[in-house]
Parts: sequence; structure tokens; C-alpha cells
Amino acid sequence: MTSVSSSSEFHHQHHFKSADHQYASSKQGIWLFLCTEILMFGGLFVGYLIYHSLYPTVFKNGSETLDWKMGAVNTVVLLVSSFTMAAAINYVQRGLHKIAAVMLALTIACAGAFMVIKYFEYSHKFHVGTVPGKFSLVDPSCAAGGKRAECESKISALLKNPAELEKNHVSTEEVTRLKAVISQPKWEMFYGFYFVMTGLHGIHVVAGALLIFWVFIKTLRRKVGPEYYTPVEGVGLFWHVVDLVWIYLFPLLYLVG
Amino acid sequence: MSSAQTKTEHGHTDHNYLNHGSGIWSWMTTLDHKRIGLMYFATVSTLFLIGGFFALGIRLHLAKFGATPLLDPDTYNKFMTFHGAIMVFMVIIPGIPAFLGNFILPIQLGAKDVAFPRLNLASYYIFIAGALLSASSMIFNQVDTGWTFYTPYSTAKTSNGVILLVMGAFTMGFSSILTGLNFIVTTHKLRAPGMTMDRIPLMIWALYSTSIIQILATPILAITLLLIGAEKALGVGIFDPDLGGDPILFQHFFWFYSHPAVYIMILPAMGVISELITAFSKKTIFGYRAIAYSSVAIAAVSFLVWGHHMFVSGQSTLAGLVFSIITMFVGVPTAIKLFNWISTMYRGTVTFEAPMLFALGFMFLFTIGGLTGVFLASTGMDVHFHDTYFVVAHFHYVMVGGTLMALMGGIFYWFPKMFGKMTSDLGGRISWVLIFTGFNVTFFPQFILGAMGMPRRYFDYLPEYTNLNQISTVGSWLIGLGFLVGLITIIHGILKGEKAPNNPWGAKTLEWQTTSPPPHENFTTTPTVTAGPYDFR
Repeated sequence: MTSVSSSSEFHHQHHFKSADHQYASSKQGIWLFLCTEILMFGGLFVGYLIYHSLYPTVFKNGSETLDWKMGAVNTVVLLVSSFTMAAAINYVQRGLHKIAAVMLALTIACAGAFMVIKYFEYSHKFHVGTVPGKFSLVDPSCAAGGKRAECESKISALLKNPAELEKNHVSTEEVTRLKAVISQPKWEMFYGFYFVMTGLHGIHVVAGALLIFWVFIKTLRRKVGPEYYTPVEGVGLFWHVVDLVWIYLFPLLYLVG
Repeated sequence: MSSAQTKTEHGHTDHNYLNHGSGIWSWMTTLDHKRIGLMYFATVSTLFLIGGFFALGIRLHLAKFGATPLLDPDTYNKFMTFHGAIMVFMVIIPGIPAFLGNFILPIQLGAKDVAFPRLNLASYYIFIAGALLSASSMIFNQVDTGWTFYTPYSTAKTSNGVILLVMGAFTMGFSSILTGLNFIVTTHKLRAPGMTMDRIPLMIWALYSTSIIQILATPILAITLLLIGAEKALGVGIFDPDLGGDPILFQHFFWFYSHPAVYIMILPAMGVISELITAFSKKTIFGYRAIAYSSVAIAAVSFLVWGHHMFVSGQSTLAGLVFSIITMFVGVPTAIKLFNWISTMYRGTVTFEAPMLFALGFMFLFTIGGLTGVFLASTGMDVHFHDTYFVVAHFHYVMVGGTLMALMGGIFYWFPKMFGKMTSDLGGRISWVLIFTGFNVTFFPQFILGAMGMPRRYFDYLPEYTNLNQISTVGSWLIGLGFLVGLITIIHGILKGEKAPNNPWGAKTLEWQTTSPPPHENFTTTPTVTAGPYDFR
């Protein structure tokens, strides 16, 4: 973009008839893109549905080992961020740049908080050995193709060692749950889904935060305003979809079981 | 774009998009859909040569049975994988939409550019990034799974190069989605005044339907490829029976994209053919609406037929039956198109310049490809033909005989518009004769080989298959020669071609109403459309 006077700053691109025309086209574009996002997660949801029906006990036990409190806090964090994002769009539309920037900063803060909570959740999972299939094994030769039945999982090794339990902050309640999990064959399946679904969602949260940072800068520089707020709205829509996916992931993984 | 440039552009009549800004940097950063189209042309052609190199390697190897004269079994598998992956993901899928589509779609709509020019350039670079990522597996960690990455082999047995290749394909899928999205919004929002949806050229209808498939199917491929990567890197277990997963689920996911992808490859080709047939018959297209809506119909049905790839995977007889019947439905809209093209030629003033020869070649080869598809759609026959050279011949007839023929026809047809110069018609015709002949010599024997039971993807065969394999290999060299002649004709046209008139073929669609090559913004004044796209009489 060339640095021209602020009046032509909001001028529409040469191939559109008017600013409204450009806005309508951009809106259609972002909605189409969001459809593809939903479809991509849809593949995972289909897979989840199939395996949940195949191994209901595995999913129930696996689900019980997840910390629903952390998930619930994260849900609230994302819902708040949805609100601040929507408010930011509203303030940009009304030309209130300062408060809009504050709202965008809050949204980024929420995204950060979400990822921090996720980090604690993940790291605890790694400590107790509830990790995707290949890494759930203690003996590397098992991962390289040994008979799985003869291999011992990280969890069962952990459960045999009280000192380790202490070190990893595993409560007696959690021990019961972990034992219930590994008593089932194919228990790794649940964590496969858990990590792929929340991992892909986490990548979207990070991407969303970066995009919000981009419109945050735009807002500070007054590149957006009442005449032109397409990027803020587009990023906002993306962010709402990221929230929406979590709204489905949370009950599916943490609550339904 | 600053306003100063626009003014000088209108000041000079010989100003066109090719000399609108000069130097490599002006190309690398261009937002002009025409230049981006040409950049895809260069990229896809290069990749085509690489994919072709692997093809010739495979065929050369198979010229002799018994001892391994050229490739050891591992290398053969790698050649086969790279040939398939490059040709499918990097040549045939982006070939017509990203290259011809980018160039033609906005001009045919009377638009100045696509809706999102920056996104368009971004798609190009995403494509390049994906292609490089995939190609890096050729250097670091070769893949031998075949382009379908079937589990459990791809996740449990083979090298980690699979991760590179699938992440590259994932990235290219992203590019494909963004291009499709751009086309849909452009078609909806940027049509010239008077160009209603029932006045848009059939090429646009084809690209529009293709874009719908790209938007709806590619995300499924994306998640499938991500899962393959995750499976390989982390062993998540979704496709691993050891952990309770199901390798067949991979096939469902994969073909849910990859069967519609076949129509991403062929629908734009059908669009090109519709343009060529009407232009070289000098006659209004017969059954405009039927052809237009049949594109949408093919797009819709394409999502319901993936199970015909899995007749022998152990799916239920009922599922096989249902998929078999729905698969045959695809023949209906396809036949509608074919009969309409023939009706267009009937009592038309048909001339046989190079593009028209390619169009006729398309109709001939695609018909054979389509009819043999009916064999494969029949559950009983498919059990016999499954994973034999019959299948290889069938999809080469559809993809190469269909898409590449149309691509070549489209290149020769729109070449004057792209470069403002004419290609040698003789060169184009020689290229056509070689490709058409070579193609039939290569792939027709493979139908027979398949019926005799020669399995696909094997690096060696029984002595009784020798003769037909040798014929096939000779044919492959004819094809190679044909494309070489085509390439020389194109390069010669760019460097030394005569100056092209604005409308060398006397065609009626909008792109021929502007100068050759078009100005930066396609038209000096926005055209107003008052009639259908093909009013010859």
C-alpha cells in the first residue's frame, strides 16, 4: 500500500464498483473459507463418531482422565474472547479506535490464556504417559514393532512407582482413573483423537491470535474505521469459528465420554 | 496500484499486461490474474516435464521382462510414486483451473481481475511452497507408497518421507481451496453489466462447478493428510489396527476427496472443450443450459461415488451395489455434454486448426475412458479388473486423454490472447498427431494387458505380457516426442510468432473482444453484455 492521504485510505480496489461491492465480496470469501474450516474439522468429528461407537468404554474411561475443570475454564476464556472480539468490531465500526484496540488486546490475552492453560494440561498428560500411541510405550523396541501386548505402557510403569506418582502430582483419584483406562485394550485411541483434535484447534487459536494482532496494529494505525472494517470483521468471523469448534470439542472430549 | 500508472496505461494503445511493469520483480509481485496464470503455466509445465521423466523411466523399465534392466524394485516404486503424485497433485489438478482459469475467467466475465488478487498471488506461492515441500522428499527421503498413500503401509512400514510428501500435498490443497474460493466470489460478484448467470460462458460454468468441488472436498483431503502425517510421526492410531484404528477408514477419507478430485481434473477440461467446439464450428453451442447444469450435476454426483474405489475392500454387498449404481449416474451428465458437442458440430462450419484437433482428440479418448469406466463401476467386473492395467489404462484415458488433451487445446486456442502472437498451426498439428497416436499406442494395449490379468504397480511381469508392454513403451516415447514438439511450437510462438489479431478464431466470448494481449485491466472500457455468450447465428 502506498502512503496516501487518509481520505483515499479507505478507497476500494480498482476492480470493484464501490466500497460496498468490495465489502460484500470479501464477506462471501471469508464465509466460503470458514466452510472449508468446518469441513476439515468435520473429518475429525466423523472419525471420532465412528471410533466412539466402536469403543465406547475406551472413550468413556479416557474422557474421565481429562481435567474437565481446565476444559471448562478454557471454554469460558474463549467465550469471553468471542465477546471482546465482537465488541472490538462494533467499536471499530463506530470509529472508537482506542477502546476497539483495548478489546482486541483483551482477545489476544484470552487466546494467550487459553494456550497457557492448554500447556499445563498437555504437560501433565505427557508426564503421566497419556500421549499418542507410539510414545505411550516405555520400551523403544516396542514402538519399533514389538508385540504391543508384551510392551508395558508408560502409565503402568508410573503406577507401579509411588515416588514417581508423587513427583507428577498424580492424586489417588487419578490413579484409579488411569488404571481404568489402561485396563482397556486399544486405550491409546482416545488420546490419539484428543491430541489431534485439540492440537489442530490449538494451531487455529495461535493463527487466530496472530491475525487479531494484525488487525490490532491496523486499528492502532487507524487503517480501519467506520468506512472500512472488513479485515476486523473477517478475522472476527474466523475467531468465532475457532470458538465454535471448541464449543463442540469440549463436551465431546471432556464431558460425553 | 497507484493512479499514475493507470493514466499512462490509457495514454498508450500498445500498452498491455505483458509490458505493464518490467523486470522479474514486477512478475514476482504482480497482482494481475493474467500474469499469475502464466506463472502457473511455467511452473506446471516444469513439473509436467519432471513427472514425464518418471513416466518414461517406468515405461522404459517395463520394456523388458525378467531381470531388472533399468530400475531396481525399490527405485521403481519410487518412480511410480513420484510420477503419480507430481502428475495428480501438481499438474492435472492445478493445470486448467489455476493456469487457464486464472487467465480466462475474469476476462470472460468482463471483470478487471479476480475478486482477491493478493490472495491469488498468495495461492501461487503456497502452491510453490507445497510443491517444493513435496519435491524435497525426492531428495531427502524417497516415498514408495504410490500417490494414494494407502495405510498401513504408508504409516507403519515405509520411510518418513511420507510426511514431507503429504504435508506438501496438504499445502497445495490449501492453494487449491483459495483459488476455488476466489473463482466463486469472482463469478458471483464481478460479472460485467448484463452478464447474468445464464449468459456466462460454459468455461466459467465448468470452473465454477470445479471450484465448488475444491471448496467442499479439499478440506477432507487436508484432514486425511494431516492424520497420515500425525499417524506417521506420533502413531495416533486412527488408521492403525494395532491401536484399534481402521486402515479402511483412510480409504474412505482419501477417496471422498480423491474421487471428486477426478472431476476437479476433468470439469475444467470439459469447459475448455465447450469453448473450442463452438468456436471452431462457428455455431452457437447446442444446449447451453444442459451443458451448464450438467457441470453442476457432475459436481454434485461426484461426492456420492467414492465407494467404487473400494469394491474389494470388504465393504458390504449393498454398499457396493449402491455405489455402483450412483457411479453410473455420472455417465448421464457426461453424455449430455458429449451429445451436445456433437450436435453443435452438426451442420456447423467446422475447421480443423490445432486446438480443434485437440478437442476432437479429447472427445474420442474421453469417450473410451468413460466407457471403460462403466466396466469398473460394475461390481462383478471390477473384481476381475481391480488393480490391473485395465484400471491404469482407464484413468490415463480419462486424465491424460481428457485433461491434458483439453489443456493442450486450450493453450493453442488462447495462446494468441496470452502473448499477442500466433503459434505455428503446423507445429500444433504435428504435436497432436504424435500425442494422439502415441497415447493410443501406449494405453490401448494396457486394456488388453489388464484383461489378461497383469497387475498394476508391479516392477516386473510374466513373459506372455512382453509384446504388449513393448508396444506400450514405444507409444510412451511418441507421447514424449509429441509434447516436445508442442513445447517447441509454444516457445517458437512466444519468440518468433506472427502478431495475432484480436480475434483470430472469430470466437464470440468476451476475451476476444479486447486486444491481444489484453491491457492491464483487461478492457479499456467495461463491456456491457446484451446477449448469450455464443451468438454465431
